[in-house]
Amino acid sequence: MKKALALVLLVFLFAVQVMNSYGIQRFPKPEFESGYVQPETLMPDPRAEVLAIMDIAVLLVSLSVVSWLVLKKRSRNGVFWMSLFSLAYFGFYREGCVCAIGSIQNVTLALFDTSYIIPLSALIFFVTPLVYTLLFGRTFCAGVCPFGAMQDLVAFRPQKLGSRLNAVLGVIPYLYLGLAVLYAATGTDFIICRYDPFVGIWRLNASFGMFVFAGILLILGIFIARPYCRFLCPYGVLLNWSSRFSRRHLTITPSDCIQCRLCENSCPYDAIDIPVTVKNPEDKRSMARKLIFIFILIPVLIFAGGWTGSRLHESLAGVNAKVWLAKQIVSPSKDSNQPETFEIQAFKSSGKQQSLAFAEASAMLGKFYLGGWLLGGFMGLVFGGLIAGRMITKHHTDYIPNKGTCFSCARCIDYCPVKMP
Amino acid sequence: MQNRRDFLNLLCRGTLLTGLAAASGVLVYRSVKEGQCKLGSSCNNCQKSDSCNLPEADLFRQTVWQLDPKKCIQCGRCAENCVMTPSAVKATHVYAMCGYCDLCGGYLKPDTKTISTAAENQLCPTSAIKRKFVEDPFYQYTIDEALCIGCAKCVKGCSAFGNGSLQLQVRHDRCKNCNQCSIARNCPSEAFSRVPANKPYLLQGIESKDENRG
Repeated sequence: MKKALALVLLVFLFAVQVMNSYGIQRFPKPEFESGYVQPETLMPDPRAEVLAIMDIAVLLVSLSVVSWLVLKKRSRNGVFWMSLFSLAYFGFYREGCVCAIGSIQNVTLALFDTSYIIPLSALIFFVTPLVYTLLFGRTFCAGVCPFGAMQDLVAFRPQKLGSRLNAVLGVIPYLYLGLAVLYAATGTDFIICRYDPFVGIWRLNASFGMFVFAGILLILGIFIARPYCRFLCPYGVLLNWSSRFSRRHLTITPSDCIQCRLCENSCPYDAIDIPVTVKNPEDKRSMARKLIFIFILIPVLIFAGGWTGSRLHESLAGVNAKVWLAKQIVSPSKDSNQPETFEIQAFKSSGKQQSLAFAEASAMLGKFYLGGWLLGGFMGLVFGGLIAGRMITKHHTDYIPNKGTCFSCARCIDYCPVKMP
Repeated sequence: MQNRRDFLNLLCRGTLLTGLAAASGVLVYRSVKEGQCKLGSSCNNCQKSDSCNLPEADLFRQTVWQLDPKKCIQCGRCAENCVMTPSAVKATHVYAMCGYCDLCGGYLKPDTKTISTAAENQLCPTSAIKRKFVEDPFYQYTIDEALCIGCAKCVKGCSAFGNGSLQLQVRHDRCKNCNQCSIARNCPSEAFSRVPANKPYLLQGIESKDENRG
């Protein structure tokens, strides 16, 4: 008897389960007699896909126009109006989404996770500015990137920071890039998009914290021109290195520099290299000593950085959803108000094995361990490069834009008294 | 000296350009090879993914964020975590599934004494659900999207006591289609995924819009 009862109960429970999971209606739809017409469920369409092609077209055209304005026309005014247009289109109209800076993460994720299919527009937004920079310098920064345009508008009283401060703060973008790649490669998060300061202004909708961040950057931007571009932007790192090998680049003077020093203070970004006259020519011995020091220093720094990064891998992995879930299963929160977090609830209702969750988490931790080594090693290399760069001075006689940090904004052109020959 | 520097520059530039070309080539090739119906997680469980020739398996189709009501646990985080205020996630009513009940689990609080439209009886914190008499004993429930904050209280009530015709969905007229959805990051049940833009809704109990159009 008991057995039969249990069986009936089991069948009943199973039926309830089936009903729940397959959405069999508990209350059948009524047959209306009054001629009631059932309204249709509204499902508004997303943005038309054709418009993605328009974004790509606008990107290509504005990159070409800005490069032409910088290199051929040498017109600051033109660059300024193009940057306003880009701010209007990529900023306020497209509301900052599909952007070259964020596309780093799409490309990284697509390279590491084969199941992720990268949208064509994201790939093109990543590759094209880099190609243009390899050919013409950072014209993308000058007049296409809405971030740059936004900050360029408020750079009223730019102050010189000095080469040392510039160099030290300039390390931050490398760290940001490294973290962004680490988190994108592990499928954890897209931190560049998450901490995008200006997207809230373009959408007129963001959390209070992000508005404060944007406000700070813009107010700081009055005195320190383009603070995001110089000291945060991870895509700027890639553009910086591409620009160093660029085929052509903005020149301050259309022909020969006459050393008049008029352009010296024209650059708001401290990107003009003043002439380094050879004062005390170094003898071969001290030069060799420097080189040996650098060659020993860099591997040491890489190893030290890698070791530190690998020590930090658990903290870095803490934000990963899989690792976090496993942590919660092992040590549930002691909060009496909410005995079970939603994550635990969802995990239980999904019916997954605990061991599977632990296996996933430990695999993820393994990835972060390797990632910690690589990120730390990369940062060690960056610091080593920074020190080496400051030890070796390149001698040059003219006022030239620094190919790495120059945004090709073309301000300096107007200061040069030399006219086209 | 100048020549050597130029040559090194050329070499580095060439290497970088080749690297970029190779990386994009790999990504494009991968999409061509695997682009057949491997669109995000919506098709990940599909058994026929290798032989699928659906038009939505198009190369590089645009994708949009959507949440799967089957996985949703109605935790209420959609209301809080969207970058937009109010959230782009709204309760959506699938009329085809609705029982038109007088005693509606999605409209009324469970402990309510009387069945009326009085505010204290309503489950919805913003009174976004409108109740309208159709014919005895049936009532139609309509969601005023302007008021809905996507808190999922009604969805929870409806799926616990009713047919489950109220479901959360990302409304694509409001969604900004962020690169990384802020709600997806906070979703405890991994209900969010990117879906092909031509099938942007994952509602239960409704034929997809495409099929409706024929």
